[in-house]
Amino acid sequence: MDVLTEFYEILNDPYAYGQTCRDEKKKKVIGYFCSYTPEEIISAAGAHPMRLFGTRGEIALADQHLQAYSCSLVRGALEEVLNGRLDFLDGTVFPHTCDSIQRLSDVWRLNTNFRFFADIVLPVKLDTDSAKEYMVDVLRKFKRDLKKGLNCRISDEDLNEAIATYNKIRDHLKVIYGLRSKNPGIITGGDVYSIVKVSMIMDRNDLVKKLPELIENLKTRNVSEDRRDRKRVALVGSICDQPDIYSIIEKSGGVVVWDDLCTGSRYFEGIIEIDGDPIVSIAKRYIERQICPAKHVSLTARGDHLVAMANEHDIQGFIFLLLKFCEPHAFDYPYMKEYLEKENIPSMLLEIEDQLPAEGQLLTRFETFMHMF
Amino acid sequence: MVTKLKVILTLCFVKIKKIMLAVKKKKSMKEIMTVYYMEAKTAKLSGKKVAWITSGGPVEPLIAMDIIPVYPENHGAMIGASKMGVDLCEKAEEMGYSRDLCSYARSDISCATVNGGPIGGLPKPDMLICCNNICGTVLKWYEIQARYYEVPLFILDTPFCHTEYSEEAKKYVRRQIEEYIAFLEEVCGRKMNYEKMDKVGRLSVEGQRLWQAVLDTATNSPSPITAFDAFFHLALIVTLRGTRIAVDYYKNLLEEMYQKVDKGIGAIPNEHYRLLWDNLPIWYRLRWLSNKFADYGASLVADTYTTAWCGTLKYIDVDNFLDSMAEAYSRIYLNIGIDEMAKNVIEMIDKYNVDGFVIHSNRSCKPYSLGQYDIQKIVQRERDIPCLVIEADMVDERNFSESQIATRIEAFMEMIKEQKGSWSRNSNYTE
Ligand code: SF4
Ligand code: SF4
Repeated sequence: MDVLTEFYEILNDPYAYGQTCRDEKKKKVIGYFCSYTPEEIISAAGAHPMRLFGTRGEIALADQHLQAYSCSLVRGALEEVLNGRLDFLDGTVFPHTCDSIQRLSDVWRLNTNFRFFADIVLPVKLDTDSAKEYMVDVLRKFKRDLKKGLNCRISDEDLNEAIATYNKIRDHLKVIYGLRSKNPGIITGGDVYSIVKVSMIMDRNDLVKKLPELIENLKTRNVSEDRRDRKRVALVGSICDQPDIYSIIEKSGGVVVWDDLCTGSRYFEGIIEIDGDPIVSIAKRYIERQICPAKHVSLTARGDHLVAMANEHDIQGFIFLLLKFCEPHAFDYPYMKEYLEKENIPSMLLEIEDQLPAEGQLLTRFETFMHMF
Repeated sequence: MVTKLKVILTLCFVKIKKIMLAVKKKKSMKEIMTVYYMEAKTAKLSGKKVAWITSGGPVEPLIAMDIIPVYPENHGAMIGASKMGVDLCEKAEEMGYSRDLCSYARSDISCATVNGGPIGGLPKPDMLICCNNICGTVLKWYEIQARYYEVPLFILDTPFCHTEYSEEAKKYVRRQIEEYIAFLEEVCGRKMNYEKMDKVGRLSVEGQRLWQAVLDTATNSPSPITAFDAFFHLALIVTLRGTRIAVDYYKNLLEEMYQKVDKGIGAIPNEHYRLLWDNLPIWYRLRWLSNKFADYGASLVADTYTTAWCGTLKYIDVDNFLDSMAEAYSRIYLNIGIDEMAKNVIEMIDKYNVDGFVIHSNRSCKPYSLGQYDIQKIVQRERDIPCLVIEADMVDERNFSESQIATRIEAFMEMIKEQKGSWSRNSNYTE
C-alpha cells in the first residue's frame, strides 16, 4: 500500500489504531498533549506515546468542568476522555506549559481513572544553570514515575535506542520539509501536515521504516502542478489541526513552505546527542530547541526565530494562527508582528475558534493577504 | 525646562515628607498609598530604584535592599475600581492584544504607553521581578514590559504543585532565591544586608499574622468585616509587606475589629447569612455587589483571594526566612491543584461557618477560574451548601451583565433561605 494511504488510514481513526497497538503489540498506550513530552522515555519503557488532539464532535460533557473561555484543544480533549473515546489509553502525561493545560491536568486527574498519570512540571525558563539542572531532575523523576507506574525497567541502552529512533524520525521529517520547501509542487501542505501528525500517533518503529520510503517517492515524483511560482508563506501558532487550511492557502495563490507550530517544526527540530547520560541529552534538546511561548529563553527568541526562518526558507509572508483563548500565543503576537514589520515582512492574523471560518470568506482573506507581496 | 522639572520634583518631595509626618499620626489607607505612590514616582530624586513585581512575588528582598516595589496588579485593581478598565483594555486591543487576555495585563500594557489610568501611569521600572506562582500570564506580560522599558527581568520560576512540592522543585526554587538576591545586588551595585533582611522577614511574618488575625475576626457572628472590606485593606499586605507601616496599620485595624466584636457590631446591619467569595473582586462593582448581598441580609464574611497573602504562613520559619520563603511562595493558593484548593475552601466554610459559596468565574484569570466547577462539585458533595456562579471579569466591565447577575443572586439567596430552615448547624439563626 502507498505509504500516504496507510498514514491516512491511521489518521482516519487514531483511536482504533491505539487500540490495535495495545491488543496486538501489547504496548501500553500513553496519551500526551505537548511537544515537551519526552516521548523517548515513554518509548524506552516499551510503551507507546500518542498525541491527543481536541475533538471533532460537540462539546457537552466538558462544559461541566471547563468554562467556555478555555481553548478548544483543552475542552475538546476533556470531552474525548469523558465520553469514553480514550478508554483504550493506559495513562496520560501532562508536561507543564500554559495555565489552561495546567488546570486540565487537575480536572483530568480527578475525573478519569487510568492506570498511569503523571505531571512533568518542567521549568518555565530555560536560560539559567539552575533551570537546566532542574529540567534534568524533572525528567529523571518522570523516568522513575514511569517505571513505577508501568512496572517496567528503563535502561540507558533502551533510552539510547529510543533516542536513535526519534532522531531518525525527526531527521526524516526535516528532510520532507526541506524537499517541499525546495519544490512545493511535489506534495500538498495537507499531506505534509498529515505526515507530522501521524508521526505522533503511529508506532515509531514502524514509522521510522516508512518515512524513508516516502522520501524516496517524493524525490522521484512527477510534479503534477508546479507551485514554485506561488507566494511562499509560513504558519505560526500552537497546533493547527486544520488540514483544510493548506488547500485554501494553495487556492489563494500561496503555498506553505515552513512553520513554527508545535504540530510542525517545533516537533522535529533538534537532534539528541547519543553520548553520555541520555536523560541529560534529552534535556539538552529541550533547552536548545525553538521554544513554545509558554517558555522563556530570552525576550526576543521567537521574533528572531521568525526572521531567521524567513531568510533561511525564503518566506515572503507569515500567517499567525491563533486558537481563541490561547494566552501564550496571543501575548506574543503583537511583538512578533512588529518584529516582522521592521524587516518588511508582511503577516496576517487568523483567529480560530474550533473550526475554520467558511471557506469562501477565508479564501478572500488569504487572497487579499497574498496580494500584499 | 530641566530645572523647572527639578523644582517641581523637589516640591513634590517636600510634600511627601510632610505627608509622611502626617501619616505617622493618622495612617489612613489613602494617605499611606498616596505617599507610597508619590515616593515611587519621585524615586529618581531620592536615588532609589523601582522594581515592578508580581503580586505573588517575594517582595521582602526588595524592601531589605531599599528598592521601591511597585505592583502592576494593584494598579490594575485601581484602574478597575475607578472604572477606567474598558478604555485601557480597548487600547490594548488596538495594539493587537486579544480581548481574551487577562484584563490586568491588558490595561497595564496600554497604560504604560499613554501614562493613563487613575494615577497617570506607574513610575518607570529599573527592573522587573516576575514570579509565576500565580499564573503564566505574568511571564508574558513582564516579557512585554521588559522589551518596552528595556530593563532587566528576573524570573522566579516556582514549579506548579499539582499534588506535591517535589524535592526537585525545592532545590530549584531555593537556588533561585540566591540568584534573585544576586540579581538585585548586580542591578543596585551593592550587597544585600542580611541583618536587615532578617528584620524585614520578621516584619513580613508579623504583618501576615496580623492580616490573618484581621480576617479571622470574621469567625464572629455578626462579622465585623466583609470580603469587600478585606479587598480594600488588602493593598498594604500586598505592597508593603515586610515594612513597619503595614504592621502598624494592621495592628490598628485589628484593634478596631476587636472593638466592633466586643460591641457586637456587624459589618452589615443585619447579618442573617454568611457567604464565602471565590476569585478576584469585581473591582468596578464592589459597592453594587456588597449592597446587593446586604439587602438579603447576607454578609460575605470571607474569601479565598485575600487569604493568599497569609495562607502559607505555616511553611515559614521566622528564624530562617529566606530558606522557608521558597516553599511558602511555591505553595500559594493559585499554585496548587484544585483538590487541594477545594480542601482549603472547605476548611474556610467550616471555620467561618458559611451558608453559601459565591464563585466569581473570572474570564481574565484562567488559573483561578478553570477548575472552579470541580471545586464546586467537591464542596457540594462534602458540605451540601448552595453555590452561585457569577460570570464576570475583574476589570473589563464589558463582561458584566447586571440584570443577569441580579437574577442569579436572587435565586441563590432563595435557596439559602430554604436550606437554612432545614439546616441545624447554625441553630442560633432564627429566620
Ligand atoms: S498553549 Fe494555547 S493552544 Fe495550547 S493548550 Fe494552552 S491555551 Fe490551548
Ligand atoms: S488576574 Fe490571574 S491571569 Fe491575571 S495576573 Fe492575576 S493571576 Fe495572572
